[in-house]
Amino acid sequence: MTDTQLDLWEVFIQSKSGLPYIHAGSVHASDMKMALQNARDTYTRRGEGTSIWLLPSKHIVASNPDDKEMLFDPSNDKIYRHPTFYVMPEGATHI
Amino acid sequence: MYVSKQKHMHNEHTDEHFQFRIDNGEYIEPRDYMPEAYRKNLIRQISQHAHSEVIGMQPEGNWITRAPSLRSKQILLAKIQDEGGHGLYLYSAAETLGVSRTEMIEQLHAGKAKYSNIFNYPSLNWADIGAIGWLVDGAAIVNQVSLQRTSYGPYSRAMVRICKEESFHQRQGYEIMATMMKGTKDQQAMAQDAMNRWWWPALMMFGPHDTDSPHSKDAMKWKIKRETNDELRQKFIDKTIPQAELIGLTVPDKDLKWNEAAKKYDHGEINWEEFYSVIKGDGPCNKQRLSHHIKYHEDGVWVREAAEAHKLKTNLSVV
Repeated sequence: MTDTQLDLWEVFIQSKSGLPYIHAGSVHASDMKMALQNARDTYTRRGEGTSIWLLPSKHIVASNPDDKEMLFDPSNDKIYRHPTFYVMPEGATHI
Repeated sequence: MYVSKQKHMHNEHTDEHFQFRIDNGEYIEPRDYMPEAYRKNLIRQISQHAHSEVIGMQPEGNWITRAPSLRSKQILLAKIQDEGGHGLYLYSAAETLGVSRTEMIEQLHAGKAKYSNIFNYPSLNWADIGAIGWLVDGAAIVNQVSLQRTSYGPYSRAMVRICKEESFHQRQGYEIMATMMKGTKDQQAMAQDAMNRWWWPALMMFGPHDTDSPHSKDAMKWKIKRETNDELRQKFIDKTIPQAELIGLTVPDKDLKWNEAAKKYDHGEINWEEFYSVIKGDGPCNKQRLSHHIKYHEDGVWVREAAEAHKLKTNLSVV
């Protein structure tokens, strides 16, 4: 058997309940249990989080930077997507 | 941003467009176009940085069993655990560039990849643990604070995380030195001796003078490095001298003096012959550091094999 550095996993941490999980980094581990332990040891030594998500890096689906224009063009021609586009009657409040 | 789009939307896969993004203060992410030399330069720098974190665990690990109190032993263990973590962050950042951790470690073991020269010096007594934390981590922090703004996204994010954790490291070293300087004559002499041995190697950590630094020009142009070796070294000197004076330590440099006009310290010439001879492998601990790493890496092969075998026998893997 050739030497292995084990599979690569991506680590997401929620700093406290109610907040989104944010990517913290990666760990190497052979299985879920080891990945969780390594993520805990590597990324939460100082109260950085209360919950961890892990997934194998190979299962991440990412957009291609070349498609940036197509996917993320701000569509400035569609200004009706912004609230400032609309004309409100004089004196309207809380809207 | 809108300007960049209109002007360069036709072909983003050019060195010109890449440099335009760098000059524009944008971060480069793993799948973005980058010149091959940028990728190579980054892999070299990040892997060297990662190896330094991990090899740097050895001189400190040398004193865990002989720490003078339970408090200092706990602190030292926590610090060394941090260094291991920092190595992992950095290996991960380098892996996003298409090099595997296995390859990086092979390069280290083959002597093709370097680590910081400083770890080829021995930690002879407890005062050295103080000097390492205060001076070596202190010098590393100056460099790492600057690298938080490096142009490669994953490297920058690793640096931000590392800087958050490093702040206690330098304090634990300075506390050791300050405590010894308040102790007996012998303890004061030990602290001064450590200062004498670590000061110059710490200054060498920033690398050769800007005029002699082979990788600096491209690294600055690509914003891999944000400040030059000499600029960073000067920052370290200016902030460290008052700390030394405060606790009664003498800086072992007879040419050191405050330059009122330039508002900085002028320092004596660094012994570059020593620097290059240690890089070439003739430092006091080069062989020991590398053979130790190789031995423990090889001793761990069966553990990794067992972990892989265990994965196949359980349902804990993800297909």
